[in-house]
Amino acid sequence: MSKVISLEQAADKIKDSAVLMIGGFLVNGTPTRLVDAIVDRGYKNLTVIANDTGYPDRGIGKLIVNRQAKKVIVSHVGTNSETGRQMNANELEVELSPQGTLIERIRSGGAGLGGVLTPTGVGTVVAEGKTTVDVDGRTFLLEKPLRADIALIKAHKADLEGNLIFRRSTRNFNPQMATAADYVIAEVENIVPTGEIDPDEVMVPGIFVDALIQA
Amino acid sequence: MESRTLIAKRVAQELKDGDVVNLGIGIPTLVANHIPSDKRVILHSENGFIGLGPVEENPDPDLANAGGQAAGVLPGGSMFDSAMSFTIVRGGHLDATVLGALEVDQEGNLANWMVPGKIVPGMGGAMDLVVGAKRVIVAMEHVGKGGVPKIMKKCNLPLTASHEVDLIITDLCVFEVTKQGLVLTELAPNVTEQMIREATEADYAVSPDVKKMTV
Repeated sequence: MSKVISLEQAADKIKDSAVLMIGGFLVNGTPTRLVDAIVDRGYKNLTVIANDTGYPDRGIGKLIVNRQAKKVIVSHVGTNSETGRQMNANELEVELSPQGTLIERIRSGGAGLGGVLTPTGVGTVVAEGKTTVDVDGRTFLLEKPLRADIALIKAHKADLEGNLIFRRSTRNFNPQMATAADYVIAEVENIVPTGEIDPDEVMVPGIFVDALIQA
Repeated sequence: MESRTLIAKRVAQELKDGDVVNLGIGIPTLVANHIPSDKRVILHSENGFIGLGPVEENPDPDLANAGGQAAGVLPGGSMFDSAMSFTIVRGGHLDATVLGALEVDQEGNLANWMVPGKIVPGMGGAMDLVVGAKRVIVAMEHVGKGGVPKIMKKCNLPLTASHEVDLIITDLCVFEVTKQGLVLTELAPNVTEQMIREATEADYAVSPDVKKMTV
């Protein structure tokens, strides 16, 4: 069995108004070939869940510059001035989530949990409108889970079953995103025959991955 | 001595052998250059690794720091995903975090992530770091542009976290944040108490054994 598909087939899976998770941290570990394919197709009204909006000319930033997103849920937009401009002009909804909260919201979305209780954001604007829960005398915010229609992630190595290995700091949001979407496409640098990856070395089990494309 | 170097050198004295520490962007990053060679301080990079080190001659394109710049990893380091990274941050596994500030106040509140209507870069990992680290050290120039005080009775800007700051190190002095408020414990070379009074909006006590900063 092989989960390898073409870039065209991968791009066909996405639709206007889709909710996307896109891995990476300031483009380190971002599936840039898949992102570029979305830019080429011109899908509109996307909701993008990611750590950040990259740079105007690299990674997720290109989707923003091309005005394809109606909403982003991210921890940081400071490296892409176009995100800030669209936000201030009310052209783009930006939901800022603390980085550690964002990854736990994604993890809980993939793990079947009703969210997480975190002390992060208590006493700040992040707490506005959120339920607080006191546990053993400490106040926590209830942060709700996130899921997506499609997750686009990046890995260094995969076998044909979709078992994934990441390299250096490119892992970041990719493993949790693989668990939290209805359809998961991994862009992979080295695709090897099944059996060539030792089960002990697998970082994301292949059952989470629906399709592979060559990076 | 240049004021940024002075601050970085003084912060480095606070770090102990074996500490696991996260350094923020700006002056905090400079601290890494001033850790004495007889102390081993393990640096955490919130995008997903510990053992952050200087960039190698041929930078690894898969390895970046939390500012998206090329980075190095020292022998004994380890790579992980964002969920693990913030387990380290929020779970009390960081001995210290060093951050810059737009404002800090006498109750230990910190504002360093946005200026409404002007700069809204997002909080990234800052809110988690300030809530989770065992010790929060603010490292910054004592006053802002035009001599505007940054050490306040109460922060005006949106908070990063409330009641979390432990120590404030500036180019002029060191303040400890206690339950009773700020205590001036050290004065930088050629700085008088009168100069601190003029450059500080917050109320503070002066330690009976206020020392001269040695760097």
